[in-house]
Amino acid sequence: MELRKSYFADVRKDGLNEIGQPRPRLDSPGHVTGKTAYFADRNFPGMLHLKMVRSPHHHARIRTIDTSEAEKHPGVVKILTAKDVPHNVYTILILIQIGPEDETVLADGKVRWKGEAVVAVLAETERAAQEAGAKVKVDYEVLPAVFDMEEALKPGAPLVNEYHGQNYYLYDSGECRKVRFGDVEAGFAQADHILEQSYQSSPIEHAPTETTGCVVAPEGNDRFTCYTNTQAMFFTLDNTSIILQMPGSKLHFVGGTVGGGFGGKVDVIVEPIAILGAKLTGRPVCFIYSREEEMQISSPRAAEKVVIKDGVMNDGRIVARKVTGYTDAGAYSRHSPYGAQKGAAHYPGPYTIPNVWIDTYCVYTNRTPSSAMRGFGVTIGDFALEVQMDKLARLIGMDPLEFRFINAYRDGDMKAHRQPTEGAALIECMQEASRAANWPVAEKFMAMSSYKKGA
Amino acid sequence: MAKVPVQFTLNGAEKAEFVDSGTTLLHALRDKIGDTSPKGGCHQGTCGACSVIIDGELRLSCLTLAETCNGAEIRTTSGLAEAGVLHPLQRAFLDAFATQCGFCTPGMIMAAKVLLDHTPNPSREEVVEALSGNICRCTGYEPIIQAVLRAARANSQNAA
Repeated sequence: MELRKSYFADVRKDGLNEIGQPRPRLDSPGHVTGKTAYFADRNFPGMLHLKMVRSPHHHARIRTIDTSEAEKHPGVVKILTAKDVPHNVYTILILIQIGPEDETVLADGKVRWKGEAVVAVLAETERAAQEAGAKVKVDYEVLPAVFDMEEALKPGAPLVNEYHGQNYYLYDSGECRKVRFGDVEAGFAQADHILEQSYQSSPIEHAPTETTGCVVAPEGNDRFTCYTNTQAMFFTLDNTSIILQMPGSKLHFVGGTVGGGFGGKVDVIVEPIAILGAKLTGRPVCFIYSREEEMQISSPRAAEKVVIKDGVMNDGRIVARKVTGYTDAGAYSRHSPYGAQKGAAHYPGPYTIPNVWIDTYCVYTNRTPSSAMRGFGVTIGDFALEVQMDKLARLIGMDPLEFRFINAYRDGDMKAHRQPTEGAALIECMQEASRAANWPVAEKFMAMSSYKKGA
Repeated sequence: MAKVPVQFTLNGAEKAEFVDSGTTLLHALRDKIGDTSPKGGCHQGTCGACSVIIDGELRLSCLTLAETCNGAEIRTTSGLAEAGVLHPLQRAFLDAFATQCGFCTPGMIMAAKVLLDHTPNPSREEVVEALSGNICRCTGYEPIIQAVLRAARANSQNAA
């Protein structure tokens, strides 16, 4: 790797002795010898296996649940339903005051997506738990479902989640997160060209090689050790404390070793119910997603739709941008209100645009709840924005890289959400990209800097 | 359920267990014998994380019944280092940054070992083919391919 020390040479303290040098990873010796302990490598005598009975419907009212046949199945130790969960309705981000609580640990009266957990079966073997689960009888009244975000926002659409009361997350700014900067209509009026385009994406599954799960061992003193592959240890501990109405001092979480996460293991899904099972049976419990569950049940990246309208001048300046973004949360919030909010700040892109109008909606549908995944809220937006940038450059007959130099943000520029730009390096990155890709741009762009000297 | 006896050598040591008929070798190794280096990623023979070597051949332990392994010689990644000295493949995986989360690593090393045992100086294409049954979601494979080629070079230099 080549380290270009010429950039920012006058402001940088150059103590970068580690950059560009190979340093051994601390965890590799355990990985190559097979000694690294993942949660599922813990085995306890008498450990029970937990399997979920899941909703076969996208949206349905639960009339009755009959577990009597399942309870008689050989090897079954305990069957849990909603009434067994001390604080059954929760939401992960309540820890940072993002409510309302809108999701059930075990479905209570209604299911809102196909695959939702309804009944937990604890048995001596995985097979017994699976077989007993098949004997649980749930009487459903199927309800109309909605899968498309724009359909969900129309009046008269089926209501997905009663805890919200409408099919969108209600921000303090209203039905969507809003950014207003300058006068976007005046910008469009002034523009030489206007381009409006729509972009959309489907949910994406992280597919880690290690599936989601945990192993719980009672310590015999009303305290429980939970070995987990969560990516969010303290979120999980605190939410478990709320759901089980147990002080955190009774919960001992061991983790940090994750067999691939990519954001797919930040939700609090398996730990509370497994700890509850261990508490009510006094036995160690493991709850591990099958590969099918990992693909179908764990949160994917949200489907998104992004509509971008830009006003551009013949000289290459973007003078107005209006974006409407939709994030498909699925049936429950999890991390999606935050993802949609991130999009609102992000949609101007790394560009300085004087007139900006942004609305981002977090929408509820009867789809698998979505959540975090590598840059969620901005990654799909970046795809849309950069395709849009190429289209704009083509529209005015300009080189797409030079077009980006003209609009690139620089230190001191005010961003649309009122954060002044600091420490920008986009100009310098594009100069390097121009060299590395052998994509020459005019000398004036190669002479630019993210600093505005004399400004 | 009736138990069946199984007896084999694991990394050179005699092992004997009683298991339920139908128990997979993966389950027997991990939960009965206590060798957790083979990992269960899919339990359906598609991810390769459970790969072990049975009588010199690469096998998926999640699709192999324990009771079919009587008398077999089984090797896993946990038995690869000798007297605390890493095997050249393990060394190469370290040096080439071929591990990230590490979950696929033991299976990858097993697949690579069988390749190098049969083909000491493989081409890049042969390495890619040999690892094609093992899924890695972190590295993008390139560092793993480089690690196997590096181990092959180290072996041939030692042999020369």
